[in-house]
Amino acid sequence: MSSADGSGVPPDPAEPDTAEAVEPEPAPPVVEPEPEPEPTDELRIGLLAAVTESLGDAVVGSRIVDGDSLTIRVATPAWAEVAKVARHKLHCGFFSFLSGIDWLPSPFGRYEDSPMDEPRPVSTDIVTGVAGGDTRFQVFARVVDLDRKVGIIFKVDVPDDDLAVDTWIHTYPGANWNERETHEMYGIGFRGHPHLIKLYLPGGFEGYPLRKDFPLLARQVKPWPGIVDVEPMPDEAGSDEAAAPSEEAAT
Amino acid sequence: MTAITDRQKLAYANAQAADGRVNVEIETDEGMTLNMGPQHPATHGTLRIVAKLDGEQVISCEPIMGYMHRGYEKLVEVRTYPQINTLVNRIDWLGSFANEVPFILASEKLMDIEAPPRAQWIRTVLFEMSRLANVSLFLGDMALQLGALTPAFFAFRDREHVLNQIEAATGGRFHPNFDRIGGLKDDLPKGWIADTKKAMQKMRTFCDEIEDLIMGNEIFEARCRGVGVIPGEIAQLYGMTGSNLRASGVDWDLRRDQPVGLAWNEVDWKVWTHPDGDSFARYWVRLQETREATKIIDQLLDGLPAGPVMAKVPRIIKVPAGEAWVSTENPLGEMGYYVVSKGDLGPFRVKIRSASFNNIHIVPWVMRGVYVPDVITILASLYFILGDIDR
Repeated sequence: MSSADGSGVPPDPAEPDTAEAVEPEPAPPVVEPEPEPEPTDELRIGLLAAVTESLGDAVVGSRIVDGDSLTIRVATPAWAEVAKVARHKLHCGFFSFLSGIDWLPSPFGRYEDSPMDEPRPVSTDIVTGVAGGDTRFQVFARVVDLDRKVGIIFKVDVPDDDLAVDTWIHTYPGANWNERETHEMYGIGFRGHPHLIKLYLPGGFEGYPLRKDFPLLARQVKPWPGIVDVEPMPDEAGSDEAAAPSEEAAT
Repeated sequence: MTAITDRQKLAYANAQAADGRVNVEIETDEGMTLNMGPQHPATHGTLRIVAKLDGEQVISCEPIMGYMHRGYEKLVEVRTYPQINTLVNRIDWLGSFANEVPFILASEKLMDIEAPPRAQWIRTVLFEMSRLANVSLFLGDMALQLGALTPAFFAFRDREHVLNQIEAATGGRFHPNFDRIGGLKDDLPKGWIADTKKAMQKMRTFCDEIEDLIMGNEIFEARCRGVGVIPGEIAQLYGMTGSNLRASGVDWDLRRDQPVGLAWNEVDWKVWTHPDGDSFARYWVRLQETREATKIIDQLLDGLPAGPVMAKVPRIIKVPAGEAWVSTENPLGEMGYYVVSKGDLGPFRVKIRSASFNNIHIVPWVMRGVYVPDVITILASLYFILGDIDR
């Protein structure tokens, strides 16, 4: 892919890659988003089967990336049970982390707009990630079996009307501080946690900072100047070819 | 004028009194409460430890943190991917380059880009150099906590050799900000390899010196052997990683066990473990690892492949939607990033799993029943960086 090739209309770098970005040259055909290939990773397939066998219908979603990751989403009532299964049946003795995620798109955008511009319309559709999800908040955690060198990421939906899941600390004591952090940052409760107080924040702090609808006040006061580095450099503003080939090489 | 001065004096006296009240030892019915910190010299920063004592023994011990919480997980949500690199540098400030690598690898994984081999090898070299810069300070500092001043001076003196080389290659002593999605900012400067090999020789001499000074020292052995023993299974359940975990006899090193594309598997080295799990074992494992790191760097420099250091990447980095988890064996332990992207210029959510946070988590468990002076040595041997705890 040389930049001397000026044929074809290069895609506007600000636009997401679409099918129109096909260049009229034969070399690499644009890969269409194809359905995910069937996993062939026997170790991870086996682990998923073992979890499914123990929990039955409580396994509501999963995804295997060969040789890389295994994500399992379980139903909310089974959250404490899945920890026991992971530790005692799958021998995942190593606790890596536990945290939460708020899938609501930020109503403030990414603070990339100049204060002079019209505010962009903000979507409020909740799109969840790998292994699906039905609620705004999710809790996820990772445990590892050091002997088989395989880690599992467990996810669970947190019901919108009752923001709480069961605690893991009776199975993995290392979840203690992670749960306290998730609690103060997202307001998610952990049933059975004996000491669910703030970890980092001062005692009287109000609000849940990592929720998407919690504004980052520093940005509200002063717009971020860093936006300039996603603009083209002054001397390259006219030549679009510079961006086009590399854009394609990445796909 | 005098009125202001008087008021200032009064304010000063009040502040002094408040500090005094916080740091005083409080007698209660259930024994005594001893507060250390947040500005205790033995805590390497603003970690505060509140211990309940029965005579000279600790009944319970609770670290209190957040004095340095900077909210990185919130801040990264309003930055672009290249900008985040600068931010995560500050998590573990003694081994900064190692913080960049897992985040860049996670972004590359989502973008399906692979850095060229030369970039991967240089990344590994700089990664190991940040390990040297980080751990060599521990080797001096731990002795300092036990009252030996000389090793600390040796550590600061010899760490300079490593920092100078990092500076020569990247331009930054503490915060290189050298890693890029798709490779590195630049190639190595001329003559750097020969200089680095000399520096590695000096680091090996430093390890020998430290070994001569400390290993077999009666005071050091008495204060560290059998103190703060953490069994392997407990360490795993609390998420302890790195040298602390290996000192508990668990043979687990992400450099070997979870290859992420860097060049560790291309060279010959050894993972050191120690069965004891006490403070001494943690010191011993780190000493061996420092020496091992110099060997890794030497071999990597010998076999450095030729070629470019940057893959073809779009000028404007947009990461496709997806989720990726990458962790590496940082100087302090497992450091990982769970990056959730929605196809934007910046990530939707980044979970930063830092090593010290989980290493310190075991403090309430391990401190139960130890004597007050041992609190200091155990904390020192667990080795944490405050920025890595508070993020």
